[in-house]
Amino acid sequence: MSASSPFALLANATSLPWPEIPVWTAAEFVRVTAGELTRGARLCAWFGVPEGTATRLVAVLAFDADNTLAVGRSEPFIGAYPSLTLTHPQAHLFEREVWEQHGLVPEGHPWLKPVRRTNENHNAPANAEFFRVAGGEIHEVAVGPVHAGIIEPGHFRFQCAGEDVLHLEIALGYQHRGVEEALVGGPHRATRHQMETVAGDTTIAHTTAHATVLEALAGTEAPLRAQWLRALALELERLANHTGDMGALAGDVAFLPTSSACGKIRGDFLNLTALICGNRFGRGLVHPGGCRHDLEPERLTRLVGRLQTARTDIEQAVAWFWDAASVRTRFEDVGVVFTAQAAEIGLVGPAARACGLVRDVRYDHPAGWHRFAQAPVAVWPGGDVFARAKVRSLEIQRSGEYLLEQLAAPAEGEWRSELPPPASDTLAVALVEGWRGEVCHVALTDAAGRFRRYKIVDPSFHNWTGLALALRGTAISDFPICNKSFNLSYCGFDL
Amino acid sequence: MFVIDSIAHRLKRGCETMAYPQGPAPALPDRHGGALKVDAAKCTDGCHACVPVCPTQAITRAEGKPMALDLGRCIFCAACVEICPPKAITQTGDHRMAVRRREDLLLGAPGQEQVRLAAALDEKLRRLFGRSLRLRQVSAGGCAACEADTNVLGTIGWDLGRFGIQFVASPRHADGLLITGPVTQNMSLALKKTYDAVAAPKIVIAVGACAIAGGPFVGHAQVLNGASAVVPVDLFIPGCPPHPLTILDGLLRVLGRLETDGKSAGTPPK
Repeated sequence: MSASSPFALLANATSLPWPEIPVWTAAEFVRVTAGELTRGARLCAWFGVPEGTATRLVAVLAFDADNTLAVGRSEPFIGAYPSLTLTHPQAHLFEREVWEQHGLVPEGHPWLKPVRRTNENHNAPANAEFFRVAGGEIHEVAVGPVHAGIIEPGHFRFQCAGEDVLHLEIALGYQHRGVEEALVGGPHRATRHQMETVAGDTTIAHTTAHATVLEALAGTEAPLRAQWLRALALELERLANHTGDMGALAGDVAFLPTSSACGKIRGDFLNLTALICGNRFGRGLVHPGGCRHDLEPERLTRLVGRLQTARTDIEQAVAWFWDAASVRTRFEDVGVVFTAQAAEIGLVGPAARACGLVRDVRYDHPAGWHRFAQAPVAVWPGGDVFARAKVRSLEIQRSGEYLLEQLAAPAEGEWRSELPPPASDTLAVALVEGWRGEVCHVALTDAAGRFRRYKIVDPSFHNWTGLALALRGTAISDFPICNKSFNLSYCGFDL
Repeated sequence: MFVIDSIAHRLKRGCETMAYPQGPAPALPDRHGGALKVDAAKCTDGCHACVPVCPTQAITRAEGKPMALDLGRCIFCAACVEICPPKAITQTGDHRMAVRRREDLLLGAPGQEQVRLAAALDEKLRRLFGRSLRLRQVSAGGCAACEADTNVLGTIGWDLGRFGIQFVASPRHADGLLITGPVTQNMSLALKKTYDAVAAPKIVIAVGACAIAGGPFVGHAQVLNGASAVVPVDLFIPGCPPHPLTILDGLLRVLGRLETDGKSAGTPPK
């Protein structure tokens, strides 16, 4: 299917000279992109590249079935262009973002408002009017930005008729730290550490994507042993977060045995990452060109022993959970996202797989160690909280098995290397399947090989809309379990 | 049957809450490194090797002066430790890092090789909070790691509740704030409002390099370089993120619930 694409094709974790990427006029570019999306491509990234006072649009698409990515761009322009969102809602937030960052107006966009820009007082996100449902029976519920637990800030605005939610609008931007702006002219000395904290619970996925982009720009790749180490750390990250979320879901339906067990086991998984690199979140492990630490045989033996114990524990804790009818009935048919909706809004990760969509970067666009060792994709139909919890628990099993298999067959050799300088005027793309889904980093270098534009798409950017849709027709009291079943990142979205 | 299973499991596992602070503190991971120590006297003349490798510009060396390291800015990447030729910067492996005053995190001057650990609150506040401290947590640009390692203190292994410390769902129920993140412009109003909603007397705890000084985002126009820009801070807990043990040590220390050696528990105030 992709062979006939007018876009420039490239594989995940590779680069392309900027001049080789095909150019269209803005209107034509939107039309061509829409054509590709209609025949099955997925929008990974849509962003602007400043060119003097004008801006070019760039699209990165994924043809999952063909294991290939595609890039296209528009001529530089100022002003308006026909909105892609009208035919392809997955572009909705991307177009708002481009409008906010570069002033390009998507004509006909149904809901054009700021994404994360600060207000004129520089003390809160600019936001705008919320969508309101009219009617004497309608009431509005506002939640946040500061939430009731130990959690990041964001604002939720519910339109309710009694208990039922008719519409939920999610307003973010509170966490905006200027990550992308700071990357221009980089990499700087703080860059690697900013990549570690784009979303602090997804450190390994984001640092792996960043390192991969730099390696692709340098025309090389990390030593095999480093790729193996990154794959291990990525699964440990997945295990820790999925375990934490299973515990949180159990806690929200007052099923305390699993809730308290998972709280502890999550820490056991985090401590396995700390065994490799000293930090529970994998800070400092992934460096461009390799990894900072090796996993020596003695340390590997300890890791395997502790992993086996934690696996037994989590298997048991999750088994109680699925065994309890009181838990299952609380999750079934709650917070449903239909498969067609999921495809239309471009859901990724476990949230997409819980709608029956087979999409997983490790399988569709294997790079690094995943070219040699693939994990099976965990899919469950239904699109409800039950399905999302089920996919998480399947992934807990499979990540554990994958880890044990890979730990039994380590890659030999060096785990770090000196990275050559990045190529000039080159675009590189790296996708990594983080625990929430597809982490996408796109870097474009200037004539000196420095970053001219760096685009980060956290899986949460695709998936917040999924949470909003899941709430439609759901009781507002079920918001906590719907929210936990997605558990999206605020800072990864706000950048 | 999950009921029988879970009871059997609990009986088999016994109490999973750690003995600390009655017993010894759990060991930090061997590659963690703990707090840093600076022997500026060891610095060779004219050496600036550590200055440019620090990602948060936590290290400075003025002409003719010994080097200075701000542990509040430090994200513990250990780049300086690795590069220092005379080994003037070393890792102590010590989890204890919490201080009451910002300047107590500045290392390098003679007699200030290490952090000056936090003293307990004065007697009046200890009487109020020593046995019951309710905190409201505000993440203001935090990346979810400091939040996660604060959250973990509520799990069965740490059981923060046994010290009378609890995170609450409203500032009106709280005795103070625990702040994470560099404080983005976009959260500054919400943070100020939350602080104002807590009844006095109140305490503020800044957890992590971001909340102390901006962390990896220090200097960005979109952040205010830490909580002190908006509210007065009473306790600083360094780290990126701090290990849960470091956070717990800080909380117990400020409540006067640790003996001076930090290894065993003090009795709560009468």
